[in-house]
Amino acid sequence: MSEKTVHMKITRQDGPFSDPYVEEFRVPWRPSMNIISALMEIRRNPININGEETSPVQWESICLEEVCGACSMLINGKPRQACSTLIDSLAQPITVEPLTSFPCERDLIVNRERMFDALKKVKGWIEIDGTQDMGPGPKIAENERQKAYELSKCMTCGLCFEACPNINQRSSFVGPAPLAQVRLFNTHPTGQMQAEERLEQIMGEGGLTSCGNAANCVEVCPKEIPLTQSIALLNKETTIYSFKRFFHK
Amino acid sequence: MNNDRTFFWRKLHSISGLIPIGVFLFVHFGINYTAFYGEEAFNNAAAFMGNLPFRYAMELFIIFIPLLFHGIYGIVIARDAKNNLTTYRYEKNLYFYFQRLSGIVVFLFLIWHVGTTRVPAAFGAEVNFDMVANLVENPLYLIFYIVGILMTTFHFSNGFRTMLITWGITANQKSQQFGKMLGILLFLVLSGIGLTAIFAFV
Ligand code: HEM
Ligand code: SF4
Ligand code: FES
Repeated sequence: MSEKTVHMKITRQDGPFSDPYVEEFRVPWRPSMNIISALMEIRRNPININGEETSPVQWESICLEEVCGACSMLINGKPRQACSTLIDSLAQPITVEPLTSFPCERDLIVNRERMFDALKKVKGWIEIDGTQDMGPGPKIAENERQKAYELSKCMTCGLCFEACPNINQRSSFVGPAPLAQVRLFNTHPTGQMQAEERLEQIMGEGGLTSCGNAANCVEVCPKEIPLTQSIALLNKETTIYSFKRFFHK
Repeated sequence: MNNDRTFFWRKLHSISGLIPIGVFLFVHFGINYTAFYGEEAFNNAAAFMGNLPFRYAMELFIIFIPLLFHGIYGIVIARDAKNNLTTYRYEKNLYFYFQRLSGIVVFLFLIWHVGTTRVPAAFGAEVNFDMVANLVENPLYLIFYIVGILMTTFHFSNGFRTMLITWGITANQKSQQFGKMLGILLFLVLSGIGLTAIFAFV
């Protein structure tokens, strides 16, 4: 039986506080396989390369079409979405590791809470009704809508966090994606009403000014969010706002 | 309520690289370049600078304090980074890394540079052509100068490029590409001036 196989080297971890270890697998190849289908194959038949039975590798995935952001991992050293990374496009053995910028929960599952906390910090939402219905909001111009749509595609996958040299244990940087989201909610006609509060949130320690313009974020973002452009525009807006705050407010 | 002054200090750090430090760099390189026209031209230019009114106040507020602020805060900022060039071999990431590396090299170079020029001057030595010529007679010191000059011109030129982003002037890809071209041009012109000047002392 000389079937084609896929050789995977997976960095595993049994729990949040356990030590990581590498386990290798060889799974049967099928056409159009992606990383998730290879992981599913391991789950179906959890036998490692030495023929020993092991626990199935744990991972997260939801949409399987690169819109939910759950399946982020390091594939051959690069941060990518497992569901949209095709096996045939990769050199073997394929190394699969959890992201390093977030705490590992188990195997390939990481806890991206840091990103959701950042979104809360920057008020990454539109305030709509109060205690009563406030009626429809203002309309958005079509050209604004187009720009906003690009920003709204962010799926909080965290690849931009992973690639950023200014995100690590020592730094408190809020990160590229939440900054782009400030721009999204600040262009929304209703969201605009809290624009200054959002700017205020990113002007402190670990805010916008912690960006060092390494621009790795735009290189790795699977949704092609204009991150560096958003950061530059926020630089302009926060500067203008800082003068307004100092002289007028 | 709001006592977080990060924004202010970071913006001050950014602008201080251009005004006054960058402006001083241009003046300094301009003076150095006169060495290309001969010993006398350089000595006249150096004497002119040395005899400017309010010299000590200007040195303190235009050069030493801004430089110490920018340099020390720069090292603090550089410590925030965990460089990842091996995984992410992208052009801007390389510049990011070199901006930090060159900042630290410039810091060390300036300690040596001030220590071999201003410090002896404070003890009565005359700042003139011979002072520099005697230094660069030693090939090791000439290498210090060449490295120091190139690191400074890179740091300033790349800093100029990022400063356009830091102040939201270049936002889209096209303008950031233009900013990069400006930076490259600055680097070539400043390095040309700086190296021509130092070789005029050899
Ligand atoms: C004395 C040692 C120095 C150190 C340690 C240092 C360090 C740094 C660092 C780490 C940055 C990046 C800041 C960031 O990305 O937020 C920076 C930016 C910059 N530096 Fe320096 N620097 C030094 C000297 C100089 C000198 C001599 C000049 C000018 C001739 C200069 C001009 C600039 C400029 C224009 C920027 C860009 C600011 C921006 O991107 O907003 N620096 N410096
Ligand atoms: S900006 Fe891009 S890389 Fe960052 S979280 Fe959003 S989709 Fe992922
Ligand atoms: S499973 Fe949703 S992005 Fe991959």
